[in-house]
Amino acid sequence: MTALADGWTVARRDLLHWVAQPIGAVFGLIFPVFITLVFGYLFGGAVAVPPGADYFAFLMPGMYGMTMLFGLSATMIAVTTDLDRGVMDRFRSLPMASSGVLLGRCIADMLQSAVLLVLMLGCGLAVGWRPEGGLAGAAAAVGLLLLLRFALLWAGIYLGLVVREQGALLAVQTLEFPVGFLSNAFVAPGTMPGWLGALAEWNPMSSTVAAVRELFGNPSWGGESWVAQHAVLMAVVWPVALAAVFFPLSVRAFRRLGR
Amino acid sequence: MIQADGLRKSFRGKPALDGFDLEVPEGVIYGLLGPNGAGKTTAVRILTTLLAHDAGTARVAGYDVARQPKQVRRSIGLVGQHAAVDEILSGRQNLELFGRLYQLSPRQARRRAEELLERFGLADTGSKPVKHYSGGMRRRLDLAASLILSPPVLFLDEPTTGLDPRSRSQVWQSVRELGATVLLTTQYLEEADQLADRIAVIDAGRVVAEGTPAELKSRLGGDRLDVVVRREEALERAARALSSIAGTAAETDRDTRRVSVPVSDRIAAITAALSVLGEDVEDIAVRRPTLDEVFLDLTDRDQTGGHGAKSEKEAGV
Repeated sequence: MTALADGWTVARRDLLHWVAQPIGAVFGLIFPVFITLVFGYLFGGAVAVPPGADYFAFLMPGMYGMTMLFGLSATMIAVTTDLDRGVMDRFRSLPMASSGVLLGRCIADMLQSAVLLVLMLGCGLAVGWRPEGGLAGAAAAVGLLLLLRFALLWAGIYLGLVVREQGALLAVQTLEFPVGFLSNAFVAPGTMPGWLGALAEWNPMSSTVAAVRELFGNPSWGGESWVAQHAVLMAVVWPVALAAVFFPLSVRAFRRLGR
Repeated sequence: MIQADGLRKSFRGKPALDGFDLEVPEGVIYGLLGPNGAGKTTAVRILTTLLAHDAGTARVAGYDVARQPKQVRRSIGLVGQHAAVDEILSGRQNLELFGRLYQLSPRQARRRAEELLERFGLADTGSKPVKHYSGGMRRRLDLAASLILSPPVLFLDEPTTGLDPRSRSQVWQSVRELGATVLLTTQYLEEADQLADRIAVIDAGRVVAEGTPAELKSRLGGDRLDVVVRREEALERAARALSSIAGTAAETDRDTRRVSVPVSDRIAAITAALSVLGEDVEDIAVRRPTLDEVFLDLTDRDQTGGHGAKSEKEAGV
């Protein structure tokens, strides 16, 4: 109970940040919107889509996935900053539930990602993307996107706690792009060389994005492989597996701050 | 109030604390002095429950830091090396946030925030984001945040690092007015001299000397005679003369043309030095040793081979 109350107090700190600096809260939108515009209007014409289909209908579910993916470095930045500034030490020296520190990060980042996702959906509507899978489908799609974000959240916390070298953050931020490109978010894996396409299909990002396309009733790239055929299942399995790995690792890393 | 017995802590096989003992009585401002890497911060982190120790015991405010961390945390305040406050929030929001995490009710947290802002001269700026605060204001806010529960024990880890002299004396003033038991680590000898009732000098993970500032200074053998000569050529003659007057090797600082020796009879030493050196003397003074000299004497032996310092100490004791 204290853990939840303390977690909420810690998360409220982020909410107050948004009130003080509304720009900071939507900073995470800059990249996804920018990439949407670049790919949608610049490269989109060169991407092979089935006759009559609009590239934005393919692209937007990919961009929703990318918005979640960029959350990885956002979480990592927040954790590293608190460690470097000594705020983490202050929390740990307080008579609060120690789980409240990570819980607060989790609540704050999930809330922020939910807001960003809603804003991105608005951007999608503005460029002509439409959800055509009904309300239940749309809700399930949003749920799967946030599930991916939840898994990446714990990966971000773990990396933020463990990797203390300078430049590590930049490396993670830079790697987010290839991970995104090496998926079905922008182009069909079928157009890639065989081995690369297989890699892209097994990318957890691809499962979520394919499942989201399916649930939103948007056109999909298809794909014959087992993983492409079971996108919704894998969009649950991958994040759960990732969270099952990174949640205990994060808790252990947090405890290790005191070793 | 703070008690450590034989604390040991190693990082990857390298000892950071190597049998650290400390006893801080209630109400005392206690200075922990040592060079970088001596183990000051490790000691503070163990005593504030941030770090687990490998061996030994430590009690703070009557509670064992390893077995009763929650009780310890309720009894202490910690001001770390960085001003650990939120940059974007205002001073008031910071204090309310930490107050809530000290398990105060929202109303109590708000009232306590107001009191502390008032007390630390931050009432006017309480609504401004902390990033617009000066370094000194940040430190005072940091101090205020550690005092939310009026803890009986306070840990200050290099509380004035990076502050200008004016902000520094403001922080000192605040610390003096606390009336709590304080363990203060610092690299500034002047800070320890100004603030601390007692001092422990720590080197290579253990306490190498302990006492009041005056006691530590007297370990260096009472007064020192400084002579500044007019010309550099006279330095050697002055050094020889002072060495024979004091009966121990003099220290020479070529840049300031100063020769320095420990002396026991102040007047006799001045008279003798003036009569031997006469016209060459530009300035002459007898003074107490500074804490800097005590510090260097106690901690520099390994690095320098300690020739000058050691012989001086042996002569002094």
